[in-house]
Amino acid sequence: MKELVCIVCPRGCRLTVDEDNGYAVTGNSCPRGAEYGRTELQNPTRVLTTTVKVAGGMHRRLPVRTNRAIPKGLLLAAMEEAAKVSLTAPVEAGQVIIPDLLGTGADLIASRAMPVAP
Amino acid sequence: MYELIVIGGGPAGLAAACRAWDAGLRRILVIERDRELGGILNQCIHNGFGLQRFKEELTGPEYAGRFITMLQKTGVQVQLDTMALQIVPGRDGAPHQVHAINGQEGYQVLETRAVILAMGCRERTRGAISIPGERPAGIFTAGAAQRYLNIEGYMVGRRVVILGSGDIGLIMARRMTLEGAKVLACVELMPYSSGLTRNIVQCLQDYDIPLYLSHTITDIRGHNRVEQVTVSEVGPDRCPIPGTEMVFDCDTVLLSVGLIPENELTKGAGIAMDPRTSGAQVYENMETSIPGIFACGNVLHVHDLVDYVSAESERAGAAAAAYVQAGQEEPADHIIALKNGEGVTYTVPQQIRLGTQARTAEVFFRVNRVTKAAAIVVEDADGKETARFKRGHLAPGEMEHIALPAAALQSASSPLTIRIEEVPQ
Repeated sequence: MKELVCIVCPRGCRLTVDEDNGYAVTGNSCPRGAEYGRTELQNPTRVLTTTVKVAGGMHRRLPVRTNRAIPKGLLLAAMEEAAKVSLTAPVEAGQVIIPDLLGTGADLIASRAMPVAP
Repeated sequence: MYELIVIGGGPAGLAAACRAWDAGLRRILVIERDRELGGILNQCIHNGFGLQRFKEELTGPEYAGRFITMLQKTGVQVQLDTMALQIVPGRDGAPHQVHAINGQEGYQVLETRAVILAMGCRERTRGAISIPGERPAGIFTAGAAQRYLNIEGYMVGRRVVILGSGDIGLIMARRMTLEGAKVLACVELMPYSSGLTRNIVQCLQDYDIPLYLSHTITDIRGHNRVEQVTVSEVGPDRCPIPGTEMVFDCDTVLLSVGLIPENELTKGAGIAMDPRTSGAQVYENMETSIPGIFACGNVLHVHDLVDYVSAESERAGAAAAAYVQAGQEEPADHIIALKNGEGVTYTVPQQIRLGTQARTAEVFFRVNRVTKAAAIVVEDADGKETARFKRGHLAPGEMEHIALPAAALQSASSPLTIRIEEVPQ
């Protein structure tokens, strides 16, 4: 039995996961909590949010995120991939910046549009 | 003349302006001092926004983007790079004046029927909490560091100690770590964190960053740049305990020690304030003590979820539209004041006006300690229990909310007291 705090939403449910019983989750208030409890003990994942370099835009950095959660162990390697990116404005919101990031199947996408500097 | 001027183009101002437009107002102006709309959300690049509102986990820029797109579909006017300097309330039905300045229009005196205050809040600084020690470079509020890192593209330090466990501090602990810095400790004066539990887990525990509860920084040393920070344990009286000092070699201190609603304009207009929230006193429709001037979002009280800011601001937008359309404030049959009882630190609204139509009133408040199982009890002036709500976990870092049923309000005598009753498990 393992106790966890669910991070899916701000509610922060206190979960109990039974590893010996098919990772049965109790204490969750929604199905997403049960899903979190199961994956957290077997293959923990996180959505990565960071910024990449952008030239000629309104700002010098473009916020980006993975369009779904990637294995937690790959976060630092993913940061290194993001550090290699150098874009030029304009960028559209949702534009794919790195497809299939590190073979995870997740794309790194733009969190906002970056218009050309006025 | 405008029907409505909204001061601030962050999440509160955007939601208020959109709703006022939907309610039928057509001459609306949003005044924003930054060069783009979206407010602080633009630098909050992490996800977790919008679960209540959109049933999706969005980043700050995405959440702001939804509302900016909505606003762009309306005819709401926006002045960017513009600073509102003063609000002069109109007396006896005369229009209110907003004084504002920018590089294109110069000094403007704008007349309007209604005003919505949506200026947000600012961070408490080192000066506000009087940390002893030297005054080298390398001490930032967490939000300032967040802006440097996420928008301006500057790394603010390599070895970091964070004072305060508010959400921005926790988020910055993770962000700095991902960018290659070493976060040595997160230090919290209180015996509990003021941040959301999920942020303790995903920002500190995920990266093995120690959280020292009941500790504070008692010395900062450094000639040009921060070199060393001393952290001490505090007793129940929150005073440092001699002999418990720990020394950290670091180059950066981030402060996440609270937010203060930014109410210079509010006070200047002579609007009645609430010392508990540092925001204006409002009625159930977000109207302040001056008819036609409304307040919403973090300028009113500091929220932990932007979803609640949007909902509150939409109430303000709808109420401002109703005020303009009726040409006067809503007539009230009687007014019920709300008081905070045992375990509650403040309530918003502070007063509920009961009109001819009975309506449910939403009340937001914070508790002053952590409880595992509790009941929120509402009693009227005669000690009669008006309503009771069961709750599981309650914590000061998480804003609470109840909906007072219309029927209960109609029969209650003012004031109503809201208190927390601990329930034995």
